[in-house]
Amino acid sequence: MTALTVVKPGMLTTVQDLGRRGYQGLGVPVSGPMDAYSHRLANQLLGNDPSAAALEITLLGPELVADGDVTCALTGADISVTIDGKPAPINEPFTVRAGAHLRWGSRVGGTRQTLAVRGGFDVPATLGSRATHVVSRMGPFGGRGLRAGDVLPVGAAVGGRAIAGNPLELPQGGARLRVMPGVHRDRFTEDAWGLLVHARFTISPQSNRMGYRLDGPVLTHTRTADILSEATPEGVIQVPASGQPILLLAERATTGGYATIANIITADLPIAGQLAPGDWIEFDIVSRDDALAALRRREAALRGVAR
Amino acid sequence: MDLRIVAAGDAGWLIELPERIDAAVNSRAIEIAKAIECAELPITDIVVGYRSVMVYIDPLADQAANIERRLHDIATNTSSDVSNTGPLVKVPVCYDGPYGPDLADVAAFGKCDVAEVIDRHLAQEYRVFVVGFVPGFAYMASVDPKIAAPRRSTPRLRVPAGSVAVAAGQTGIYPVETPGGWRLIGRCPVKPYDPNRAQPFLFHPGDRVRFHRISESEYQNATQWGDA
Repeated sequence: MTALTVVKPGMLTTVQDLGRRGYQGLGVPVSGPMDAYSHRLANQLLGNDPSAAALEITLLGPELVADGDVTCALTGADISVTIDGKPAPINEPFTVRAGAHLRWGSRVGGTRQTLAVRGGFDVPATLGSRATHVVSRMGPFGGRGLRAGDVLPVGAAVGGRAIAGNPLELPQGGARLRVMPGVHRDRFTEDAWGLLVHARFTISPQSNRMGYRLDGPVLTHTRTADILSEATPEGVIQVPASGQPILLLAERATTGGYATIANIITADLPIAGQLAPGDWIEFDIVSRDDALAALRRREAALRGVAR
Repeated sequence: MDLRIVAAGDAGWLIELPERIDAAVNSRAIEIAKAIECAELPITDIVVGYRSVMVYIDPLADQAANIERRLHDIATNTSSDVSNTGPLVKVPVCYDGPYGPDLADVAAFGKCDVAEVIDRHLAQEYRVFVVGFVPGFAYMASVDPKIAAPRRSTPRLRVPAGSVAVAAGQTGIYPVETPGGWRLIGRCPVKPYDPNRAQPFLFHPGDRVRFHRISESEYQNATQWGDA
């Protein structure tokens, strides 16, 4: 079987599919890509199933070597990649010949890049998914980031039709993210709501795939910040007693014990996933109708329909 | 029992029941979750909380438009009388040697000795209210108020897998090594989540749990963590 072998792992390179669903009620986190839009785009460019396993590459990319011909696609963050020294295209399929090395270089924009291969990476599934969840060590390679020497077998192509699509517009240094008021909206002061929509927050260095800690003004509660533990959706903004909000993302725990002020709309989650520590975030409140309209536009863009 | 449905973003609905740690409330939440699982709805996942049910949906599915109404109907039609109490799970715990580093702190909180902390932890039958956080972690309550010490002010960066802990009236077993702020009073040799077991998950919401004491040598013989 054809495979890619890891020569250097990069900063954090993990195998992801679209996530592990159906077991959150038993504490099993979803995980999956931080930018699911670009994950799906990479797979559809190759005629794969949208959830085929691909690599999520973070800021500083790896070096990989192919032991046979492999058709690949790169989407998401704009990080330069070479095939034996020649530039690889982004957002379109290309072939890596047997023995060739893929090397990652400098980052132009975005934070996380998807590398998909035709046929997907054929690694073992756990509870129906090939997503890596580092905190609970679940998924391929013992649920850890890739290391030098790891071998990534390439699966058989499923023969789907390759479909072009519009790449995600990458945020430049920050983003305005649209939110809907959260389930504990009445546990925050008027002042907190004013700050949420008018202030600028900065992603703290203590941020990762689980969530972004946001530096900025303190958001005050009307009563205790603690709640009886309940489910934490992707994109929820929880506020512990410190008043510093935390945006929970792909690798979040299934449940949490802090009041939540708002939820990022599904259409904007891929944008959030392309941000890095030091980037700014501002929030806009929108209605459910606006959120769904934005999601329909996002889905149309994935199918390559002009916006 | 009062009930309300709130949007949790565009891809989730949260069904809220009265805000208290109460077996009857949690039992109703489990009943509602079961009823929703059986309905023909575009649901991607369901999570029972202490007093809530989160229903994750595909927001662009055809039936998503009137789902709030459907969930409300299903939830109000479930019975409050059903007691969702699961099987009794018996769990061995070693409180000796290096396994209960916070026993003395909890004893200080309870103004008693370590032996009394252990006796009080063993005396209670607990209910699993929520399984969450990481795979297989069961939030069990209620711990005897005398040993219901709060979380540590500074969480540990590494809590060993298998640690039996208490915090604010709850008790639980860490299924993997993670950071954590609960007080560690013992060690359980059995994995709460083991993908190689016929039943990978030891605990489900509604289960009853009783701890029984084992010695350090019994722990060493029984441990599934590879730390013997």
